[in-house]
Amino acid sequence: MNLTKTLMTSTALTVAASMSFAESHMANEMTIVSWGGAYSNSQQKAYHDPYMEKTGVKIINDESSNEAVAKLRAMNEAGNVTWDVVDVVAADALRLCDEGLAMEIDPDEMLADGDDGSKASDDFGDLLVGDCFIPQIVYSTTVGYRTDLVGDKAPTDICALFDLEAYPGKRSLEKRPINNMEWALLCDGVAKDEVYDVLETAEGQQQALDKLATIKDNVVWWSAGADTPQLLADGEVIMGSTYNGRLFSLIEEQNQPVAMLWDAQVFDLDGWIIPTGLTDERKARALDYIMFATDTKRLADQAKYIAYGPARKSSAPLVDKHAELGIDMAPHMPTDPENAKNTFLYNYEFWADYRDDIDAKFQAWLVQ
Amino acid sequence: MVALTPISRTEPTFYVPVVAAFGAFFGVFIGTGQGNLIAGVLGGAILMGALAFILTKLIKNEKAARWGLTLLIALGGFALAGIPGLLIGIFFGWFFGFLTFWLYEGRYRAKIPPYLTPGQVLWHFTFRVICGAIFVFLITPILVVMPLSFNAENFFTFTPEMLRFDPAGYSLKHYRDFFTNADWQNAMWNSLKIAPVATLLSVSFGTLAAIGLSQPHVPFRRAIMAILISPMIVPLIISAAGMYFFYSRIGLQGTYVGVVLAHAALGIPFVIITVTATLVGFDRSLTRAAANMGANPVTTFFRVQMPLILPGVISGGLFAFITSFDEVVVVLFVGSSGQKTLPWQMFIGLREQISPTILAVATILVGISICLLTVVELLRRRSERLRGMSPS
Repeated sequence: MNLTKTLMTSTALTVAASMSFAESHMANEMTIVSWGGAYSNSQQKAYHDPYMEKTGVKIINDESSNEAVAKLRAMNEAGNVTWDVVDVVAADALRLCDEGLAMEIDPDEMLADGDDGSKASDDFGDLLVGDCFIPQIVYSTTVGYRTDLVGDKAPTDICALFDLEAYPGKRSLEKRPINNMEWALLCDGVAKDEVYDVLETAEGQQQALDKLATIKDNVVWWSAGADTPQLLADGEVIMGSTYNGRLFSLIEEQNQPVAMLWDAQVFDLDGWIIPTGLTDERKARALDYIMFATDTKRLADQAKYIAYGPARKSSAPLVDKHAELGIDMAPHMPTDPENAKNTFLYNYEFWADYRDDIDAKFQAWLVQ
Repeated sequence: MVALTPISRTEPTFYVPVVAAFGAFFGVFIGTGQGNLIAGVLGGAILMGALAFILTKLIKNEKAARWGLTLLIALGGFALAGIPGLLIGIFFGWFFGFLTFWLYEGRYRAKIPPYLTPGQVLWHFTFRVICGAIFVFLITPILVVMPLSFNAENFFTFTPEMLRFDPAGYSLKHYRDFFTNADWQNAMWNSLKIAPVATLLSVSFGTLAAIGLSQPHVPFRRAIMAILISPMIVPLIISAAGMYFFYSRIGLQGTYVGVVLAHAALGIPFVIITVTATLVGFDRSLTRAAANMGANPVTTFFRVQMPLILPGVISGGLFAFITSFDEVVVVLFVGSSGQKTLPWQMFIGLREQISPTILAVATILVGISICLLTVVELLRRRSERLRGMSPS
């Protein structure tokens, strides 16, 4: 009988407790979606913490940027958009914008002027791609290699990926055509400014796949940004492509025997969008946050925590030392002139037009 | 177990090849480890076969022979691979010493019936080996995670320091991270807020449903039962997508209540099944007797029926709790980031940042699961005891 009583009491207690939990504080909070890991961490420190302190708004992090497009579609369909600000790569922002899932932005109206007095539209310049995208960082996809496993002659250019004779061993590449196809053509003798012209043709696509086929047996395909760092740390691969910020953390923060190439690295942008379908109150809050988080100082601040370049020109001179390691961050930025000697510009329009087609070919080729 | 069959020593033509075969098997691992498979296999077979013959024919004393063999192989392992090699060597030495004399003295025959043919005897042991292999296959992925969670590095890697058993290769930092990191703590509290309430709902509704459905006069019993159990059978992703759209329409998506209700729906089938099973052994004349003495149905339920079916209720509740605690698909759809649970946090952690904190959390969760399942097992035994005493 005691048992029954205990059970009843605990039941009553749990219900009472749950009632108090259930009380939500929706009033003054916003959900910001990003990529998680070190990247979210850098945003937390550079943007969220100071913003929460300044305004008292509570920011909830959601790490769903990977599937942001699909989720926003579902939310729209269900008529229940729960996100306030979403961090996506430029290509995804263009898609969301085309589908009417992201709000259009007037940069000079909605974004702060630069510290040097320049208008936002000039300060961001070319990086303002599409009508909805608010650029935040510039990153590049590049190749890291194990210094102790590549032999005496360290690789110096991107074609080391395809050179099985000089660098035998496994390499990791992203499981998608973007970047891989471009690199394959570059290393198959196609000039840099002709890559996308060649890739438009069926023969050109076949040429890229044929080049990739020469190393296919030695490739580990990755899909999450954390894969290549893990594979390199394990020594499972001798080289692999990933984002430059991941390699920075692997080399400088984790002290692994790894070095990185700054050759034909593919430049890309990441930034914010505001979903459509927010109430006026939430929209005002989201715009206020965006105004704060993309000003010159915040963008420069983020570079203290992660090796991605700020998207504003006026932020570049303010890039400082790493917050914990105290090393100068400027030489680790994809925007640093020394690193940007031979960059490869990612062509958004090309991929917007050809992505589905080439994706299908690439996936079919993968399973062959 | 007592010996069933008188035993006698066997011939070297029998036990030497068997021991050699095992030697060849282990030689596969050492051979591939050293880069030469064939040499490993042949070397293992010849070495172990020869040792078996020498031990049984030249050193007659079993104890001395087995200790000697263990020492010898342990030293060999140490020479090859340091301290880990030593430990593996001790195990190998012990195993081969045991195997040699087990076969040589004919002990393997003692505990199985004397009428079995050699083929049946062989199958008897092969069967055990297969069962062992399945067990290893199931349990290894879980065990591998545990030492890795004490890694001093930030990767899922057995570092050379760890393999040398160097204390510097180990650390508790991933556990510290779990207990100090705001994201993980938040996730843990969310899980702890959601799971008990979902369990409570599952247990209340599941028990009532099970009792109702065990009454013979309820119409469409089977159909209702099938519908209630369907969350267990329908693929989770389908339930989750359905719940997402339904809950969005009625304003429950992304709320605490929504996640609790979704998890309760997932937990109810477990409770129904366990409680129904307990009710099979419940003697209905007890409730009639209680009614006869003037107790109303509610009193009868709490004073007579409940105590007897309690083990079933509690084990169902534990399953419901574990379901809610381990569930990731539904919460990803129905919850919003404000209800991020532990499995959700682990999921995004695995995708974005391969950090051994996940392994530390996994180890803790495995520990919790083992505790809960032990409780279930103890309750089951208690229920069996009780049922033995009950008048049915």
